[in-house]
Amino acid sequence: MAAPQTVPVEETHTEVHEVPETDRPWVTVVWNDPVNLMSYVTWVLQKLFGYSKEKAERLMLDVHHKGRAIVSSGARERMEYDASRLQSYGLWATVDKS
Amino acid sequence: MFVRDGTVCVARFGPAEAAVLNEVVLEVITLLSEGFDRANPVLERLFPDLYPDDPATSAELRKYTEDDLRSAKLEQAALLLDLLPLEGGDVALDEEQAEMWLRALTDVRLALGLRLAITDDTDLEEELDAAVLHDPTSPRVGQLSVYAYLTYLQESLVGALMG
Repeated sequence: MAAPQTVPVEETHTEVHEVPETDRPWVTVVWNDPVNLMSYVTWVLQKLFGYSKEKAERLMLDVHHKGRAIVSSGARERMEYDASRLQSYGLWATVDKS
Repeated sequence: MFVRDGTVCVARFGPAEAAVLNEVVLEVITLLSEGFDRANPVLERLFPDLYPDDPATSAELRKYTEDDLRSAKLEQAALLLDLLPLEGGDVALDEEQAEMWLRALTDVRLALGLRLAITDDTDLEEELDAAVLHDPTSPRVGQLSVYAYLTYLQESLVGALMG
């Protein structure tokens, strides 16, 4: 933990850490499959991503009706991790550029 | 079928149901452990490429992820068998065990669904009627019944778990 500063430091301008465009163009996609139950897919999305039931159901319905849905986005390695976890639950998950 | 009882999900299995479940889970274990031929469509489905348009990168990544994924699938299948009374009887699953069962049942249903060529438009009852009319002794009749049973079983467990 950083100790409280006792010596006043000159206020510097706040640095904004903008995420470079190239670091965030990745998404995890879940594809429709004819076997997985709608209730199960909803449960998995809630469980793995902490999504509300409403959000998980909306994503599940997107998968069901549109054939696919983006369930998370972020750095590439993170998406590979998310997709692997979804695959361990039997969902058909892949990684793509957004 | 599973129902919620306090903190656990409970179900009673008859000897025939337990035998069927045991058999299909063993099939998946065999598939995951013997040979592990990735050209097998079931394994393709259980271990999809992370990058469908980039087989080389997918294959490279698989070196790091496949063993863990395979171990997890074997572990959940083994736990299901551990808790299944082979002669029939009651099963009571805590939350963690219920989750393992759900995952194991998913793998079994994916394998069977692929073999039966289940699609989004498949009406299981119609399929079953058609298969019985065609040949009541065919393996397809039995497999469709098992698939339908596993579907109801899994649906009941999701429901029991989510309360």
